Amino acid sequence: MKTLRYLLEKEFKQIRRDRFLPRIIFLVPLMQLIILPFAANFEMRNIYLSIVDNDHSVISQQLTDKVLSSGYFQLTDVSPEYNQALASIESNRADIILEIPAGTEKQLGKEGYAEVLIAANAVNGTKGGMGSSYLSSIIQDFNREKGFDSGMSLSGICSTNLFNPHLDYKNFMVPGILAFLMTIIGGFLSALNVVGEKEKGTIEQINVTPVPKSVFLLSKLIPFWIIGLILLTVGTFIAWLVYGLVPIGNLGIIYLFAAAYLIAFTGFGLAISSVSSTQQQAMFTAFFFFIIFILLSGLFTPISSMPEWAQNLTLFNPLRYFVEVMRMVYMKGSTLADLSVHFGVICFFAIAFNILAVVGYRKSN
Amino acid sequence: MNVIDVTNLTKSFGSFTAVDHISFNVGEGELFGFLGANGAGKTTAMRMLCGLSAPTSGEARVAGFDVYKETEKIKQHIGYMSQKFSLYGDLKVWENIRLYGGIYGLSGKKLKEKTDELLHVLDLEGERNTLVDSLPLGWKQKLAFSVAIIHDPRIVFLDEPTGGVDPVTRRQFWELIYQAAERGITVFVTTHYMDEAEYCNRVSIMVDGKIEALDSPAALKASFNTDNMNDVFHALARKAKRGE
Amino acid sequence: MTYSMLWHVKQKEESKSMKQFVSFVRKEFYHIFRDMRTMMILLGIPVILIIIFGYAITTEIRSVPVAVLDQSRTDITRKLVDRISASEYFNLYKMVDNMEEAQQLFRRNKVRLVIVFPVDFATSNDASIQLLADATDPNEATQITAYMSQLIMDNGNFSIANGTSDSRFSVSGSRLVPVVHLLYNPLMKGAYNFVPGVMGLILILICSMMTSVGIVKEKEMGTMEVLLVSPMKPAYIVIAKAIPYLLLSMVNIVTILVIAYFLLDVPIAGSLTLLVFISILYAFVALCLGLLVSTMADTQKSAMLVCVMVLMLPVILLSGMVFPIENMPVVLQWLSNIVPAKWYIIAVKDVMIKGLGIGSVLPEIAILTVMVAFLMLLSVKRFKIRL
Repeated sequence: MKTLRYLLEKEFKQIRRDRFLPRIIFLVPLMQLIILPFAANFEMRNIYLSIVDNDHSVISQQLTDKVLSSGYFQLTDVSPEYNQALASIESNRADIILEIPAGTEKQLGKEGYAEVLIAANAVNGTKGGMGSSYLSSIIQDFNREKGFDSGMSLSGICSTNLFNPHLDYKNFMVPGILAFLMTIIGGFLSALNVVGEKEKGTIEQINVTPVPKSVFLLSKLIPFWIIGLILLTVGTFIAWLVYGLVPIGNLGIIYLFAAAYLIAFTGFGLAISSVSSTQQQAMFTAFFFFIIFILLSGLFTPISSMPEWAQNLTLFNPLRYFVEVMRMVYMKGSTLADLSVHFGVICFFAIAFNILAVVGYRKSN
Repeated sequence: MNVIDVTNLTKSFGSFTAVDHISFNVGEGELFGFLGANGAGKTTAMRMLCGLSAPTSGEARVAGFDVYKETEKIKQHIGYMSQKFSLYGDLKVWENIRLYGGIYGLSGKKLKEKTDELLHVLDLEGERNTLVDSLPLGWKQKLAFSVAIIHDPRIVFLDEPTGGVDPVTRRQFWELIYQAAERGITVFVTTHYMDEAEYCNRVSIMVDGKIEALDSPAALKASFNTDNMNDVFHALARKAKRGE
Repeated sequence: MTYSMLWHVKQKEESKSMKQFVSFVRKEFYHIFRDMRTMMILLGIPVILIIIFGYAITTEIRSVPVAVLDQSRTDITRKLVDRISASEYFNLYKMVDNMEEAQQLFRRNKVRLVIVFPVDFATSNDASIQLLADATDPNEATQITAYMSQLIMDNGNFSIANGTSDSRFSVSGSRLVPVVHLLYNPLMKGAYNFVPGVMGLILILICSMMTSVGIVKEKEMGTMEVLLVSPMKPAYIVIAKAIPYLLLSMVNIVTILVIAYFLLDVPIAGSLTLLVFISILYAFVALCLGLLVSTMADTQKSAMLVCVMVLMLPVILLSGMVFPIENMPVVLQWLSNIVPAKWYIIAVKDVMIKGLGIGSVLPEIAILTVMVAFLMLLSVKRFKIRL
């Protein structure tokens, strides 16, 4: 164990002396934490609208005003005909068209029923879908206001949004991004570390010494573990400072999980490093797994929306559990008892990945 | 007493036999030269003895331990310096010494004394706080050698330690080797330089994975009817079929 | 010597340097092909990405776990619960007995929605069903609540105990009816949006990351110096390094297009030639970015981190591939303009999905061309100074 101390000293000196690493370890993740929640936002605002009003009636004018005052839409242009509006969509100046055909007001008075046309650019399916459903629901509201429609009011159903009453998407993203940052720092950097020594040849000199494999790997794991925890501290602080976000649950639980998770993911990185022969190879192997881990973690899209095979795959994804835990503790105040299964699974990954790393690392070939 | 015993040691990579049934032994305190052209299999053989590479077949014991099963025990008793410089370039001179001293179990006062002594012997006291990357190659090699024997091993393996070093430094380097040998450390060294071979007690010459000759330099010269090792080497190496 | 002889010698020298160049390119190919694992990964990543994006990444609502707290315990509510659990959108996870139990299920992430039927639900016309949604994910919560409301309304034409019809959920009266057309992508397939995005990402991955890491590696190992003292011009060395990656990325683009076309039914409405031309142009931008990174970074590690953080993440975040740019704060919208992938993705969508001609993508082509020129100039300048 005494050798561990000397090996750790070495690792820290090397990290400190790296011209690039300390800066990138802290600066870039923090930038991500500040930019990402603003960028990773599915809330729809500023949908560009092109209106084709062929009715020129009181109703059509009122509907137009109503739509534009909703806050979701920006008026690109008012076109005299549909084809011109379509041209706006083709040139990406507009996302959606609202066409009010001639005679709408008359028909509404006569038959109590008139159609208006919504045409959305659905190349981006989410955006097209959300845009057109916003527009539809504004029209429903309009109906109700005008007293056209006595029904459709959902008097029999009232809904409450728990845990995030203002439906703030950032509250959802920030805890997830903290988990994402731990993953990047713990996994990517460690993946390059051992293999970097292989490329430089310095590992040979270590391999002819009696240092046990596990001690050597431990000396690699501990620095990333500490860096990860410092980063978490800075991250939670920023979450509070910038987003006013504090965990409803116990902060200690977050640290406990982060500690276990960092061991797991650093172990994963070291395992990749151990079985790679060049940094480039390690990099792309890590990248390959990470992109799968991130996409199948529920960080951006709900796991319950995935097909069954993908949902089953997420069970083998450590990031999935950690993202869930961060959100549960941050937003719902889940307790350790609620999270016991998650803890067990993350610990399992921690052990499995590190065993893989020790087995994969060969002092001789 | 022998510290290295090798019998029919073989290493193959697929159909290529890098080391082909070599047998030899090295006695305690001996200065043993391991010669051969590039690609003859010297480094592979040495890596097997250091426990860095598992043999395909044959037997070998280093410091009394088996190269198959007891590699970690072997490592307690050997020092190794590879042909590629392998100390940490981003650590300072004293930090490298401290690291390897620590790894071999030195600590506290003893480690400090050893560091000072080493820097003194190498005449590197002024470079104590220099990053190793910015040292000239010759100094790096001397430092690497001293680090390899920091724990007074029974045997030290040197893989082309003087490659690319100027003649003056080469001379100084061999003085360090002699000093180590005087302390009773067995030296196992590969080299390209035939004048260096002359310094050894015994030399072996490897050609295409096999040991073609093994004796003291004087005896070898006598049997090849020449007065320098160069001729001996050329006479043997001419038979080589493997290219560079 | 006559002029023609001089000319002849010059020709000969040129053909010699051409040979050197070819042998150099060959060396780079060996480097890449010898590392089978990296090759497999580079060829595999687009396939994996397309499959995950195409089949796994959706925001549609399906089999959402819900719990029911039925305080009224009547046939009506039981019938409604049956309908809910029969729906493809919802799975009944559990019938709970009290609010504490419901809270616990929320805390354990077991359900997304709890439906509460009040005690007097079946007897009073004023009693309303309560939907408690886990709004951790606001989008999902909004959608789930909307779907559930719709489902309850669709099945709400039951009569209450005293025989009068239930007016709580009925629809009647005169109204404006919106008729929705989803242009270009009537089935709202995500593929139309992400396929161009994945193309943009892969080209950055291979052209920028592989190139910069490849060059920095030679710097780190000291082999770059050997190359630089060789008679090869530095520009050729760099071009030779880039060629294999350029080819590899084109293979990937073809793979993506083939999978997208045959497996995901994404149309290639416009000109394939134009599409390939734009892709090559963008690949050049990516290569120049990689070159620029290689002049700044000393170690492979830092080259890679810069590529991931400064090149890759912006492609995912600021290109409009996943998240709509319009929603972002103005600063980020402005920032997104310097992300080449944004322009590439717009151009690819226009050509591939909308089937527009070269005329409509001229601005994007112009922007990308300017980017190539600017980056090329900058990195050549830095390359000379640094190496």
